[in-house]
Amino acid sequence: MSRQIIASPLVFTGLASLLAATPARLSASDTAVQAGAQAAAIQIDNFHYTPPSLIVVPGTTVTWTNADDSPHTVREKDGKFKSAALDTDDTFSQTFAAPGEYEYFCSIHPYMTGKIVVKPAGPSS
Amino acid sequence: MADRDQEQSSGAAGFSRRGALKCMAWAGTGVLWTLSGGVPRSLGLLGEAAAAEPQASGITFLQISDSHVGFDKPANPNALGTFQEAIAKINAMPTQPAFIIHTGDITHLSKEKEFDDADQAMKALKPPVHVIPGEHDVADADNGKLYLDRYGKGTKGKGWYSFDAGGVHFIALINVFNFEPGFKSAGLAKLGDDQLEWMEKDVKGLSASTPIVVFAHLPLWTIYQDWGWGTEDAPRALSYLKRFGSVTVLNGHIHQIQQKVEGNVSFHTARSTAFPQPAPGSAPAPGPMKVPAEQLHSMLGVRTVNYVRGQSPLAVIETPLGA
Repeated sequence: MSRQIIASPLVFTGLASLLAATPARLSASDTAVQAGAQAAAIQIDNFHYTPPSLIVVPGTTVTWTNADDSPHTVREKDGKFKSAALDTDDTFSQTFAAPGEYEYFCSIHPYMTGKIVVKPAGPSS
Repeated sequence: MADRDQEQSSGAAGFSRRGALKCMAWAGTGVLWTLSGGVPRSLGLLGEAAAAEPQASGITFLQISDSHVGFDKPANPNALGTFQEAIAKINAMPTQPAFIIHTGDITHLSKEKEFDDADQAMKALKPPVHVIPGEHDVADADNGKLYLDRYGKGTKGKGWYSFDAGGVHFIALINVFNFEPGFKSAGLAKLGDDQLEWMEKDVKGLSASTPIVVFAHLPLWTIYQDWGWGTEDAPRALSYLKRFGSVTVLNGHIHQIQQKVEGNVSFHTARSTAFPQPAPGSAPAPGPMKVPAEQLHSMLGVRTVNYVRGQSPLAVIETPLGA
């Protein structure tokens, strides 16, 4: 079930729109890896963060875009970062300097969860 | 479904359905509650309310919910407009309720302007308005500061309070601040220990014959866990109310009517004044439901409930605003 996507930023954009167009819910273990990318995108669609789990290198700025008619928020579980309510097409960006795992959720729909893993690129990437 | 509703409504009572339809257009306005001798019954608005028997004693109040001021998406391009419409209908009622409760999601995005607009609209109401927040009212980056600055004065903790009116004890609970993120749990609402401890003390001195009305934004029973439609620690709150003969729980949040009776407690969720939401599990997500304009009338409306003392079942009649 677990699926890893390793992609350059350009390819990733294409994949992201493919993923967004897929009606089936992604499992929580679905992970996108962006090696060397300085910017990454997460789409909020149909009450899901897509991809739900994202691996980035330190220094990456992640931007969430709300594509739903419902507002959503992006809130780290311990309050390390949080957005205001994002209306349709609103975005929220956060730059991740420190390696680590950041679990976040939507404070309006708390069953919506996602994760950002920040780690240096491996020797093979 | 629509047919059944209509049958129920036509068998309901001798109020003027046509009058109600004409006045209310498609906006769900609210639920009018009457308590007489500790027995709450909900009346519809307008014609239905006008036709209600006069109450010799007791209290009449009204519930509105989920106005989502600021919402402007296809499901309702002008939520402020329908909220104002609902308020005008309430003001046109021949018998004014003693007060009005707004069970949350006053605004859509917790923006200052949305709160201003909602305030301005509610100023037109003659009776006092008691409010509680929905999760949409505390979605600012400051975790509800805008709401609490505006409405928190004179309340306890994060906005909870209680009061007595007409021999009834009213308890306003807040379940939009302590969400349990759904990493390992279901992602349901929570009341939290502070509030529960306060509530336990709040009802301690009351006689068991005091009718209790509890209102909170999210349902105090789990309607649909996958969409977070429930409150994790609600059973603890309800345990403090076991000894009371009459407990009525009024919620909003799900933009549709769901009801349940459990022992001495009856639970009711209310319609929105803004837009409908799908029935539990009937859509991929619980977002605003866009329906054709001609269908909308059949999905919104008012409710009549005869709440009979003791263990008798509730007599419930749902009245859609149109076929």
